[in-house]
Amino acid sequence: MGAEFTRHVKRNLVAYIALLPMAAVVIFAYLGTMAWSVRLSFSSSKLLPRSDFVGLNQYVTLFDTSRWLTSLGNLAVIAFFFLLICFVLGCLLAIFIDQNVRGESLFRTVFLYPYAMSFVVAGLIWQWILNPDLGIQATMRGFGFSGFVLDWVVNPRMVLYAVILATVWHGSGLVMALILAGLRGIDGEIWRATRIDGIPAWRVYLSIVLPMLRPMIITSLVLLSISIVKMYDVVVAMTNGGPGTASEVPAKFIMDNLFERANIGLATAASTVMLITVLMVMAPVIYSQYFRKSGRAA
Amino acid sequence: MSSVSLESLDVSYGNVQIVRNLDLNIRDGEFLVLLGPSGCGKSTLLSAIGGLTDVSGGRILFNDKDVTWTDPKDRGIGMVFQSYALYPTMSVERNLSFGLRIAGIDRAIIEKKVKWAADLLQIAHLLDRKPSALSGGQRQRVAIGRALVRDADIFLFDEPLSNLDAKLRAELRLEIKKLHKTLKSTMIYVTHDQIEALTLADRIAVMKDGIIQQLDTPLNVYNKPANEFVGSFLGSPAMNKVEGALVADGDHLSFAAGDFRLDVSRYPFTQKVESGRKVVLGLRPEHILPASGSAAAIEGKVSLVEPMGSSILAWSVFDGLSLSHLVGQDDGCEADRTFAVTIDVQKASFFDVETGWRL
Amino acid sequence: MMRQAKPAVARRPLNYQEVWGRVGIYAFLGVVALFFLLPLYVMLVTSFKSMDEIRLGLIFSLPRQFTIDAWVKAWTSACTGLECTGLRVGFGNSVKILVPSVVVSILLGAVNGYALSFWKVKGANVLFACLLLGSFIPYQVFIYPLVRVYAQTGIYGSLAGIVLTHVIFGMPVMTLLFRNYYSGLPIELFKAARIDGAGFWKIFVSIILPMSAPIAIVAVIMQVTAIWNDFLLGLVFAGRENLPMTVQLNNIVNTTTGERAYNVNMAATVLTSLVPLAVYLLSGRWFVRGIASGAVKG
Ligand SMILES: Nc1ncnc2c1ncn2[C@@H]1O[C@H](COP(=O)(O)OP(=O)(O)OP(=O)(O)O)[C@@H](O)[C@H]1O
Ligand SMILES: [Mg+2]
Repeated sequence: MGAEFTRHVKRNLVAYIALLPMAAVVIFAYLGTMAWSVRLSFSSSKLLPRSDFVGLNQYVTLFDTSRWLTSLGNLAVIAFFFLLICFVLGCLLAIFIDQNVRGESLFRTVFLYPYAMSFVVAGLIWQWILNPDLGIQATMRGFGFSGFVLDWVVNPRMVLYAVILATVWHGSGLVMALILAGLRGIDGEIWRATRIDGIPAWRVYLSIVLPMLRPMIITSLVLLSISIVKMYDVVVAMTNGGPGTASEVPAKFIMDNLFERANIGLATAASTVMLITVLMVMAPVIYSQYFRKSGRAA
Repeated sequence: MSSVSLESLDVSYGNVQIVRNLDLNIRDGEFLVLLGPSGCGKSTLLSAIGGLTDVSGGRILFNDKDVTWTDPKDRGIGMVFQSYALYPTMSVERNLSFGLRIAGIDRAIIEKKVKWAADLLQIAHLLDRKPSALSGGQRQRVAIGRALVRDADIFLFDEPLSNLDAKLRAELRLEIKKLHKTLKSTMIYVTHDQIEALTLADRIAVMKDGIIQQLDTPLNVYNKPANEFVGSFLGSPAMNKVEGALVADGDHLSFAAGDFRLDVSRYPFTQKVESGRKVVLGLRPEHILPASGSAAAIEGKVSLVEPMGSSILAWSVFDGLSLSHLVGQDDGCEADRTFAVTIDVQKASFFDVETGWRL
Repeated sequence: MMRQAKPAVARRPLNYQEVWGRVGIYAFLGVVALFFLLPLYVMLVTSFKSMDEIRLGLIFSLPRQFTIDAWVKAWTSACTGLECTGLRVGFGNSVKILVPSVVVSILLGAVNGYALSFWKVKGANVLFACLLLGSFIPYQVFIYPLVRVYAQTGIYGSLAGIVLTHVIFGMPVMTLLFRNYYSGLPIELFKAARIDGAGFWKIFVSIILPMSAPIAIVAVIMQVTAIWNDFLLGLVFAGRENLPMTVQLNNIVNTTTGERAYNVNMAATVLTSLVPLAVYLLSGRWFVRGIASGAVKG
C-alpha cells in the first residue's frame, strides 16, 4: 500500500504540484479564514482581535441587537419576493419569447442586459427614478396628478420593495435566459404528442415542460439565492440601509461592525450565523447538482 | 374506423415545397406503409395527416369528411413517434391517462382503458415507473399504449422502431401486426426499413422527393417495381442494374449489353417496344438461378462469394458482365470456378433509360 | 401532366382566440421590455440635461438643450469626497485590477480543471468540493481574516492584494468551468499523448490549451463582467490608491454634499456600465452560455 502510493505520487507528481495553488487557496483562504472567523466569534474582540474565549456571549448579544434582527427580517422579505417575482417573471418571459415571436433576439438582449451591470449601478438608477422630488412622483405630479405618491426609497415601510424592484430588474433576465435555453432543448416530438393528446399549451408548460426543466430551475434559484445572501452593493448604493434601519441587510450589518463600529466579535458571530445557514441550505443542492454522476469515471 | 383521402396535397416549409400535389386513398382498416429514403418527406406527410403541420394546398378527408383544418385532438388519431416522446416526469400510468384526464373523462373509464391497453401491450407491471426506468422496447410499448387509449380510428406511426436493436425490432414488428389484426383500425406507418414495409403493409407507398412513386401491395412493389428507383430501393441484396439496348435476334427480341445477350421474348412488356430501344435491365440476385441441366444456361466465372447464412451471394462475370446472384450452400459455387445459371426473364424488370419508368 | 384545380382553399381559418393570444404575447413582452429599458433611457436623457432642466422634475422628457458637460465633468472633475479628479482615475484603476486578475484566474482555472479531469490526484475531488462550497458562502465570512493576513504580509491596500483576492474568489467558478469542459473532451486524446511520452505540462500546452478557445472566451466574459462590477472586494482590499470604478461611482453619487448633480451622476453611472455592457452586447449568446455553464454541470 505505502509503496504503491509512493509510486502513484511519483507518476503524477507534476499534477500534485500543479494543484498546490488550489490546495493553498482552499486550505488558507477558504477553510483557514472560515475557522478564524468562527474562532473570533467566540472571543470578545472589539477593534482588534483577542484570543480570549467568551462562549456564546457574542451570539446572545447578536440576537439581542435589534438592527441584526431587522436585517434578518428584511432579508427574508426581500428573498421571498425577489425569488418569487424573478422566477415567475423570468419563466413567463422565456415562455412568451419561445412562441416564435418576431424580434426575439432583441427581446432577449433587453431582458438580460441589466444582469451584465453592477449592483451599484442598479441601485443608483432606481434610487434616481424613485426619488420623490425628481423621479416618477415629481413627473406625475407635474402632469397634474398632484396626489400621486411613489416615495418608496424614503418611506421606511416601502423601502424594501424599492430594493426588490431594483434586484428584480437586475436578476429576472437570468431566469429568462436559463429557462429559455432549457425550452429550446425540449424535443419537438413531445410538443407534437401533447397536441395529439389535446393538452392546452398552458397545461403543457405547467405539467410537462417545467418539470422537465428542473435542473435549470434549480440552477437559477441557486444563483439568485446566492446573490440575495451576498446582497450588499445594491443596498449601499440605493439606500445605505436607510431610512433609519429600514433596509438593513445582514451582509451590510457585518461590514459595518467590522470596519466602522469596530465590533469584530459581533460581526464574526453574525457571519458565522450566515455561514451555517448557507451551508445547511446549499450542501444538499450542491451535492445533488454537482457530484451525482458528474466528473469523469476513473 | 376510418378511410383517409388526400387530395392534391401540398406541404411546404417556407418556400421549400416538401410534398407536391399528392393524391392518396387509404381504405378503412388498411395498413399502409410510407416507405422512402431519409428526407423524402414521409414525416412531413404524416404530420400533415395528423394536423401537426399546416398544408399549403389541397385537402385531407377522413371518412369523406374534410378535416384539413381540424385540430389534431379532434381528428380521432393516435400517433407514435420515433423518439417515443413520452412525458419524462410522469409515470407510465400518467403518460397513458394524461390526455384523457385533460379531456375530462370519467375516472373509472380512464382506469378501464389504461388497464385494457396495458394488458394488451403487456406493460401492466410497469405502470408506476418513470419512462427513464424503462428499456427502449418498453418505452415504445408505452408510446403505443398512449395512442391506444385515445380510441383512435387512425393510427399514425413515425418510424416507431428505428431506435431499437434488430431483435427487438422484429419482435415489436410482429406485435404491431397482431395489434392491427385485433383492432382493425386504419394504420399509416412511416419507415425507411424495407423489411418492416414488406412484412407489415397491406399496401406500400414508395416515396421520393415528396412524390409517391408506386402504391401497391408488397409483392407487386417488390416484383414489379414501377420504376428504377423503386426497384433499387427495395430488395437486399440489391437489384443488379445493367444499361443496354433491345435488339432483334432473328425472330425474337434480346437484351444486349456488350457481349452479353438475354432472350427477352417471354418478358411481359407493358407497352410496345421496338428493337434498338435503350433500356435498363433490373435483375434481382434471387432471380438468377443455378442451372439445373436445362438448355438456356449461361456460364460465368465466379469472382467473389459472400456467405449470408442461409444462402450465398456470388459475384460472377457472364460474357463480360458482372452480376450478383444467390446460390445455395450446396451448389458448389466457389471463387475462380465457372458456374452455370439460368435467368428468369419473367421476373426481371426493364426500365426506360431516360424516364426510369417500367416498360 | 395537367394539374387539376385545387379542391379547397388552403388557408387556415382565422381563430380569434389565437389572434388575441398573439396580441397578448406581444403586449406583455413590450410592456416588460419598456420596464427594463426605462432605467437606461432615464440615465441617458438625464446625463445630457443641465441641472436647471432636471429641477423641472420631468425625468422622461428628452433634453431640451443637449449638453455633454455632465459627461466631461463625470470623467474629468467629479468629486469623490475631497478629491475632484473624476471617474477616469477609477477607470484606470479598474483596468489595472482587471487585466492581471482575469489573466491569472483563467490560467489557474485552466490548470486546475485540466489536473482535475485528466490526472489522478488523491484528495483532489475533496478539495474541489470545498472550493465549490466556498463559492456559495458570503464574502463577509472570509474578509476579516484575509485583511489581517494581507496586513501582516504587507499587501493590504495594494494592487497585488486586490488581484490576489479576485483570483481567490474567482477560482471556484473558473475551475468548475474548465473542469466541466475538459471532462467532455475525449480521454483518448490524453491517453495517446501519454503513450507518446508527453508529460503534464507538455500535454497541457500542446494539446489541451489549443482546444480551450471556446471555454476561454466564456471565462473571459464571466471574469471581466464579474471583476469590473465588483464593489465589495475593491472597497475593502484595493486601498485608497486603487479604488475601482464602481466604488468611485458610489462615492461620487452618495458622498457629495450640497445639491446632487444628477446629470453628472447619471453620466458617471453610464460610464461605469460601459465595459460590461459592451462585453454583453458583443458576446451575445456566449454570455448566456457562461451563465449556464458556470452553474449547471456541463
Ligand atoms: N421544420 C422544418 N423546416 C424546414 N424544413 C424542414 C423542416 N422539417 C423538415 N424539413 C425538411 O423537409 C424534408 C423532409 O423532411 P421529413 O422529416 O419529412 O423527412 P423524412 O422522410 O421523415 O426523413 P427521415 O427518414 O430522415 O425521418 C427534409 O429535407 C427536411 O430537411
Ligand atoms: Mg422522419
